[in-house]
Amino acid sequence: MVLLGGSGVGKSSLAMRFGRDEFYTTSPTVGCAYMTRVVHLSDVTLRFEIWDTAGQEKYHSVTPLYYRGAHAALLVYDISKRETFIRAQMWLKELENQYIQGSTVIWLVGNKGDLAQNRQVSVQEGQGLASHKGLFFIETSALSGEHISELLQSVAHRVYESIGGHQGGLSEWQETPIVELQHRDTSNPFASCCKVGP
Amino acid sequence: MDGEGQRAAASWENGTLAPVDRLRSERADSPTPGLVEGTEPGAGQKSAMFVHAQSFEDLTAEAEEEARRETELDKSGECADDLKALEEQHSNDVSSEARTKEEDVSSEAWRSHRKHVFVLSEAGKPIYTRYGTEEALSSTMGVMMALVSFVEAEKNIIRSIHADGCKVVFLTKSPLVLVGVSRTCQSDKELLRELQYIYYQIVSLLTLTQLNHIFQHKQNYDLRRLLAGSEYLTDNLLHRLDRDPGLLLSAVTCLPLPSSSRDVVSSSLQAAKSKSLVFSILLAGDRLVTLVRKKDQFLHHIDLHLVFNLVGSSSSFREGEGWTPICLPKFNTAGFFHAHISYLEPASELCLILVSTDREDFFNMSDCKKRFLERLSKRTAYTALKEALKCPSYSVAQVGIPELRHFLYKSKSSGLYTSPEFPEVYQSDEEQERLMGLYQDLHSCLHHPTRPLRSFYRCSESENLLAWVTSGFELYLCFSPLGTKALAVSAVTKLLKWIRKEEDRLFILSPLTY
Ligand SMILES: Nc1nc2c(ncn2[C@@H]2O[C@H](COP(=O)(O)OP(=O)(O)OP(=O)(O)O)[C@@H](O)[C@H]2O)c(=O)[nH]1
Ligand SMILES: [Mg+2]
Repeated sequence: MVLLGGSGVGKSSLAMRFGRDEFYTTSPTVGCAYMTRVVHLSDVTLRFEIWDTAGQEKYHSVTPLYYRGAHAALLVYDISKRETFIRAQMWLKELENQYIQGSTVIWLVGNKGDLAQNRQVSVQEGQGLASHKGLFFIETSALSGEHISELLQSVAHRVYESIGGHQGGLSEWQETPIVELQHRDTSNPFASCCKVGP
Repeated sequence: MDGEGQRAAASWENGTLAPVDRLRSERADSPTPGLVEGTEPGAGQKSAMFVHAQSFEDLTAEAEEEARRETELDKSGECADDLKALEEQHSNDVSSEARTKEEDVSSEAWRSHRKHVFVLSEAGKPIYTRYGTEEALSSTMGVMMALVSFVEAEKNIIRSIHADGCKVVFLTKSPLVLVGVSRTCQSDKELLRELQYIYYQIVSLLTLTQLNHIFQHKQNYDLRRLLAGSEYLTDNLLHRLDRDPGLLLSAVTCLPLPSSSRDVVSSSLQAAKSKSLVFSILLAGDRLVTLVRKKDQFLHHIDLHLVFNLVGSSSSFREGEGWTPICLPKFNTAGFFHAHISYLEPASELCLILVSTDREDFFNMSDCKKRFLERLSKRTAYTALKEALKCPSYSVAQVGIPELRHFLYKSKSSGLYTSPEFPEVYQSDEEQERLMGLYQDLHSCLHHPTRPLRSFYRCSESENLLAWVTSGFELYLCFSPLGTKALAVSAVTKLLKWIRKEEDRLFILSPLTY
């Protein structure tokens, strides 16, 4: 799973909620942070490898390393900052250019739902973009923890659905970590065509 | 090292100029610490870990060379007016609305900061200011750039302006211009050194190649876009420059650890190697535990300080494993390394940094860490290491010199220094910074570009200070104001003997390579 989106939208905070169900303020991510999380569905257990990327523009050129081969991408924006919504759409364009349709399930995540009084992006707008582009949509709050487990559960569910059929061993995550799937899925998982500079 | 220095130091004690290697092998038999490079306490037994830079000189050599070629540009009279203009400019700058949290750049408080640092592009666009917002200062920076180009037009280089107890120092490092404005009594050279650090900090985020590329394409580019979110690194580096003796001495300090334990940690790290791995660095907070490097590759202390600053400033590496591009500008300004950064245990101070040449090598690096940790945790050295974390420093009382309050000792050949914790009298931040300021003064005197001193004793109401530099080490001591010079001098020998006795623990004597 890869988390994408502008700086400060709350990607790392979401990742922290996914894992330890805690919230505290951390400094901006440098480069990328990698962690693994185990998610239990009713009949299977999945181990997620999470790439929490840095939203800062200077790290933009390295992000393709992480979204290539990802089974799930979370495009995160901050509902109280319109420019982050626009940024999420730019990410989406980039993903679409890189992708064979259907190999990755993409979520549009409007975070900081607790800041509804400063809302700059309406639910309808988020929902509208998502259904237009065929994405899943949810609004969350890493601060309050609202809709976090729902998000994680449904990501796990969709990922399992989309790859579970032909990757039966996935339920036994100890034997088949997702990283190996990545390596099998794309002939050159970290192949790069990154541009340098703005 | 200058020839005169070698001779003076050598004749002082040994009366010999024997090759360093021979002296090194004799060292163990001699209870007296050598003063010559390679034999001083803390000198590594094999090769040095760091680039053997003439450290401090290395930072400013370039500027000095120019200084020798040209006559010093003395514009103090003329420029006083320019400076006034600069200041007036500040007060006219109310038009652009400052961010609420930020300081008003027209205020007295803004003007009275001890040290300002500005970074601008050659087109005069603001890139960074230590205080206030860049927006509010754009016309001020415009004036600065005008000054720089005005002097350049006459084929001259503007170096500094002195006026009104205020120093303005310029450093042009195309495509950037750095300006320091200081009310401290630091020398131009010291201020220039600090600007160099800031320059390298920016390069380490972007590489010089990228910087050049950007400004070649668009002279007017607003670099703040790319630096957004990293201002805190520059802020923290400036803070360190005021407080960290390592940045002053161009050296790093180690976690005190019995050498037997350190050797096990080093060899475990050495064993966890990989083709693309260049440096493996284990830190405990701001202290080096060990560093293993690829054969023939050396790390520069400036690059290491930039790594310290990055790790120390970001809590984000505590969440999982970090993987980030990083340029080590003293190694190579053109390209990025890729650093795997993670803590050994969740709440631990021990941070492992694996520097690789390959950006797709994350899982390899992750595996190296795992192997290192597996190997290490089987050994008792790991327990010893964790135990050592509990007392990362030592008290000056251990040395057994009653009048001695504090000291800095740097072994030149290893690029490592040692220093006790601040004593009771220097507990507050202000007092610690004041003492650092005194050390900085002494450092300036010992490294004066034209009239360097070899030793220096200074009495004041609050403390007596002694500084001494030989070809092997630099030593700065702080005594109670009641002591005498004779006492101070005899303390030096005693201290050197103590450091020699403790060097196994305080320094890394046998650095490893893979
Ligand atoms: N009110 C509110 N604040 C949040 C929420 N999630 C994150 N934050 C805050 O937003 C700031 C940025 O959060 P991060 O998680 O570091 O943002 P990020 O997307 O990881 O940023 P980069 O690492 O720079 O890309 C922090 O101060 C968080 O405390 C949320 O749901 N509600
Ligand atoms: Mg983050």
